[in-house]
Amino acid sequence: MTSLVIAEHDNASIKGATLNTVTAALACGGDVHVLVAGANAGAAAAAAAQIAGVAKVIHAEGAHFAHGLAENVAAQVLAIAANYSHILFPATASGKNIAPRVAARLDVAQISDITKVDAADTFERPIYAGNAIAIVQSSDATKVITVRTTGFDPASATGGSAAVEVAAATPDNGKSVFVGSEIAKSDRPELTAAKIIVSGGRALGSSEKFNEVMTPLADKLGAALGASRAAVDAGYAPNDWQVGQTGKIVAPQLYIAAGISGAIQHLAGMKDSKVIVAINKDPEAPIFSVADYGLEADLFAAVPELVKAL
Amino acid sequence: MKILVPVKRVVDYNVKVRVKSDGTGVDIANVKMSMNPFDEIAVEEAVRLKEKGVATEVIAVSCGVTQCTETLRTAMAIGTDRAILVQTDVELQPLAVAKLLKALVDKEQPGLIILGKQAIDDDCNQTGQMLAALADLPQATFASKVEVEAGAGAGAGGKVSVTREVDGGLETLSMALPAVITTDLRLNEPRYVTLPNIMKAKKKQLDTFTPEDLGVDVAPRLKTLKVSEPAKRGAGIKVADVATLVDKLRNEAKVI
Repeated sequence: MTSLVIAEHDNASIKGATLNTVTAALACGGDVHVLVAGANAGAAAAAAAQIAGVAKVIHAEGAHFAHGLAENVAAQVLAIAANYSHILFPATASGKNIAPRVAARLDVAQISDITKVDAADTFERPIYAGNAIAIVQSSDATKVITVRTTGFDPASATGGSAAVEVAAATPDNGKSVFVGSEIAKSDRPELTAAKIIVSGGRALGSSEKFNEVMTPLADKLGAALGASRAAVDAGYAPNDWQVGQTGKIVAPQLYIAAGISGAIQHLAGMKDSKVIVAINKDPEAPIFSVADYGLEADLFAAVPELVKAL
Repeated sequence: MKILVPVKRVVDYNVKVRVKSDGTGVDIANVKMSMNPFDEIAVEEAVRLKEKGVATEVIAVSCGVTQCTETLRTAMAIGTDRAILVQTDVELQPLAVAKLLKALVDKEQPGLIILGKQAIDDDCNQTGQMLAALADLPQATFASKVEVEAGAGAGAGGKVSVTREVDGGLETLSMALPAVITTDLRLNEPRYVTLPNIMKAKKKQLDTFTPEDLGVDVAPRLKTLKVSEPAKRGAGIKVADVATLVDKLRNEAKVI
């Protein structure tokens, strides 16, 4: 029994979500191999070899892997899939994009967003925005899985010394072409990897106010910025800041929700945070039911005061 | 160019589901059912492409119990030309739905298939990608903008440019048609259906097939052993002011 983890990387380094996925793979039992499919991705493959617990890194190299197109990466995974009992992807935008293509071609069910491995064929996963937890058992020969990173601790990025094996690259599918990307450059920690997140809701009222009130708090705490769907829909914050059922699932050490009422879809994305602080002037706001510390106050006064007090 | 739009009947967005006491699932008896919100965005996008003259026909599809007809009537009220129900009482998992849709893609030969990125009941986020793999089509998931390139109206040989929501920002892909697109929240705001359109939808064509008609084995592959309530968070406390909050975070929770 051997598991394959599909690394998420930027060709130069391995992204954090890969480490949590390695932990989930180790929980499945057996050896863990990591696939790095990329363009000039030697450095990423070398970094993958350092991850504690990894027995082997498979490096597939090709210009058509540069942007992680689903068609091309899935084909590469399929080329080596027969060697594995479990194939695991992080449940990120990239992993969610590719994994089902692999599962469908193998004619197996995919188990999405697992939060726990109960046995090599039995997994726990949240359904209905986390309002229920299902324990599911797969009878398929190969288990194709996406891993909710908040459910597993990250494996240590160092301490391993796996061999790197070069695999023949599968050809370019050619039916889709990467045109370009606009990735926000930010010195802030990545939302899903941040230790502290400060999140704003519709009560902020405008993108100017969102920035004026929330940014100083994030700066002071070295925190990532998040937002509720209502704030994103209203255009106060960019979409990739959205925390919730259909946005990012986060579990930082500290989550500060300001002006967020706490719809179940938002709670689904942050209720596994270690400590939750809610600042809201509505005493009945559902966010208070999950908050460790609730402050019933106008955020426009309380947040600047908090910045001063820190 | 035809567009196929699969839609799923799910527990309404606003319903808070309860886990059944015997742990076999969630209680959906007498609960309001609606079209999956992401699928509504998919229907809207397809109908807009028809209104722009890019598509010639938009076909809604739903797989499941007979009551999915209601979901299909809603799709037709938004503006799809006709609908197909693949009727079965078997619990359908994403792989089975993708196989049913593949059979319909073979039959209807659409230039685009637009689906919601995930259903809000099982939160799987699989069907679109699985369909793309089975039909050997390119895919653009989590779309926030779709532009069918000029001259592509006829279908084959055309291209579609899709802007996708990815971690950290946006990415744009260009795909050869036919192609599969899954929708994200910002793609559009679905219209409200009007009474005259609801009346019109009742007269539109709705064909019914069974999985057997399409030659697809829909037996579930995953067995649900148990469904339970998630662990509850202990109730916290209310603090009186910012100073107390900072003190608690520093000295009690020790997180700052």
